[in-house]
Amino acid sequence: MPGFAKRIVGAVVVVLAIIVVNAMLSAEGLFGFGVPRYWAHVLMLAGINVILAVSLNLINGFTGQFSIGHAGFMAIGAYASAYLTVYHGQAWERSLSGAVGETLAGVVVFLLAILVGAVVAGLAGLVVGVPSLRLRGDYLAIVTLGFAEIIRIVILNMEVVGGATGFTVPGETNFLWVGAFAVITILVVHNIVRSDTGRALISIREDELAAEAMGINSTRYKVLSFVVGSMFAGIAGALFGHYTRFLSTADFTFIRSFEIIIMIVLGGMGSITGSVLGAVVITVLPELLRLLPSVGGFNFADLRLVIYSALLILIMLTRPQGVLGEREFGFNWLRRAQKRPEGDEAVGAGAGVPIAGRPAPTGGGESGEDAVKGVENR
Amino acid sequence: MDTFVQQLINGLTIGTIYALIALGYTMVYGILRLINFAHGDIYMIGAFVGFFMAHGLGFAAEPSIVGLGVTLVGSMVAAALVGMAIERFFYRPVRKYARMTTLITAIGVSLLIENLGVVIFGNAPRAFPGLLHDATYPLFGNAAISKTQLLIFGVSVALMLLLQWIVYHTKVGTAMRAVSFNLNSAKLMGINTDAIIVFTFALGSALAAAGGVLTAQYNPTIYPLMGIITGLKAFVAAVLGGIGNIPGAVLGGLLIGAAETLVVGYGQNVGIPSTYRDAVAFAILILVLLFRPSGLLGTTVQEKV
Repeated sequence: MPGFAKRIVGAVVVVLAIIVVNAMLSAEGLFGFGVPRYWAHVLMLAGINVILAVSLNLINGFTGQFSIGHAGFMAIGAYASAYLTVYHGQAWERSLSGAVGETLAGVVVFLLAILVGAVVAGLAGLVVGVPSLRLRGDYLAIVTLGFAEIIRIVILNMEVVGGATGFTVPGETNFLWVGAFAVITILVVHNIVRSDTGRALISIREDELAAEAMGINSTRYKVLSFVVGSMFAGIAGALFGHYTRFLSTADFTFIRSFEIIIMIVLGGMGSITGSVLGAVVITVLPELLRLLPSVGGFNFADLRLVIYSALLILIMLTRPQGVLGEREFGFNWLRRAQKRPEGDEAVGAGAGVPIAGRPAPTGGGESGEDAVKGVENR
Repeated sequence: MDTFVQQLINGLTIGTIYALIALGYTMVYGILRLINFAHGDIYMIGAFVGFFMAHGLGFAAEPSIVGLGVTLVGSMVAAALVGMAIERFFYRPVRKYARMTTLITAIGVSLLIENLGVVIFGNAPRAFPGLLHDATYPLFGNAAISKTQLLIFGVSVALMLLLQWIVYHTKVGTAMRAVSFNLNSAKLMGINTDAIIVFTFALGSALAAAGGVLTAQYNPTIYPLMGIITGLKAFVAAVLGGIGNIPGAVLGGLLIGAAETLVVGYGQNVGIPSTYRDAVAFAILILVLLFRPSGLLGTTVQEKV
């Protein structure tokens, strides 16, 4: 089948799948095949986490930057879109439904709210990224954490979006939205990565100085990946807010950022399918823990965060590149063993595994050990 | 004027605690170029060990200087052991990998300790027993300094002087400085770098634990997550002073403590609600990294390829 036709078929299959799943998640189910509400909830969260994980992977995995403040951008997207739907949504819907009918008006307004959330989150990514991306790994991590906390504290103090008491939001999200945006996120990130821009990002990850020597403006590309990543985090936040119907800043703490990090670490930083895998596993894990019998009144579900941290440490100690490393799991894999053009070892330098024949980056020498480009501290 | 002095005293008190913790961050960064995210949790462990010691050995019932001393030393030793264990089992195996791996491991260890603390100790805050008969000494006007604050200043200064002596006047200290200069060259000079690294972790952790016990005298509530925000602020203090620089850590700590208290104290008049307290440290961090990334006392070295 020619490539073009393959893509059309693929697109149709995906769209149908989303519609079918959405129908199955609704109360009546599809031809009587429903999905229990509980697992429907898990599926929605998994979809949102996929968007978060894939977008963070663009920044952390493909560009090699260490951002641990993703929840801040999610929060911005959530609150910005919520502000629109709560204060203007009904008015706009009414004025539009005269022209295009009620359902379409609702769709347009929600889409607009999501897009606004994305844009505001992207702007925040720009504001955070431009000054911070001059900094090297450790510092960037702390600064992104700091910014996420500042964002959270500022939102907490904004009475117009509820402040400390929380913000009630109309429920607009269903699986159609989540599934569609998840697919869009994957497609966009996949296309970026396979393009020249993606090559620039990967080269920055591998060796920033060499990339600069090759003429790549590393700051520009780093900011680009940061902004794109935060835009999608904003979309995820908007979807999340309109699904849970109640926003509170407690949902957007460092714990949330950490959960997204462990998703991409588990799946493999540098692999889109890996982050999807990681997102699904980490979403489902707490539910599975809840199903475990309580041992002497001690509920395993409370150990969720302990298990996450232990899992993270274990992965770092034994297989730092995660499950998929930098490989993708696709239909090709089913036809032949996945081989990278350069050889069949997963290139793990970005994630920390020394490549055979190439010693691991040394930790003691002067070169490359600087805090900020051109600066070292004594 | 007296309010200002009072605020300043209060700020410097917290600042001294930040300084003690910041010293640990700065020493570990100096030798390993690693931000030990778990350091804030060592501070928490120190406070909790002190708590259990004070209750277990009966010091809670009868406040005394001896009790305070024993609790302090005991928690410092316990924290040093924990710090050494963390280094040995979690950081050493990943030292050979890329920076991001060690960073993620550090975050993992930090979260592990915090959440284990929550699971084992429960999230409910506990009241740390006062080990001193507190008293207040008025200074002038409304300003006063309490015995606890004097204790904090006294013990911290003593510990910092001790650290200064160790680092600059002993062989181990010289080895530490050598390792922080260039790890591989230090190895070539015959220094057992692994041992030095372990020693540094032990020192830093002991200081953080002292900070924990002292804070618990000042602010008696302790809870398993108390290390997160304080640890982050202490890290900001280390960066402010110039990370890798020991006097810098002290200076940074004092500045952050003072800034935080003054902003909150006087900010009320300018419309900054006190809930922004934690944001002050982060704002300072961002400003420092934007305008003077090497910190106040740090020096810049050109990056070589």
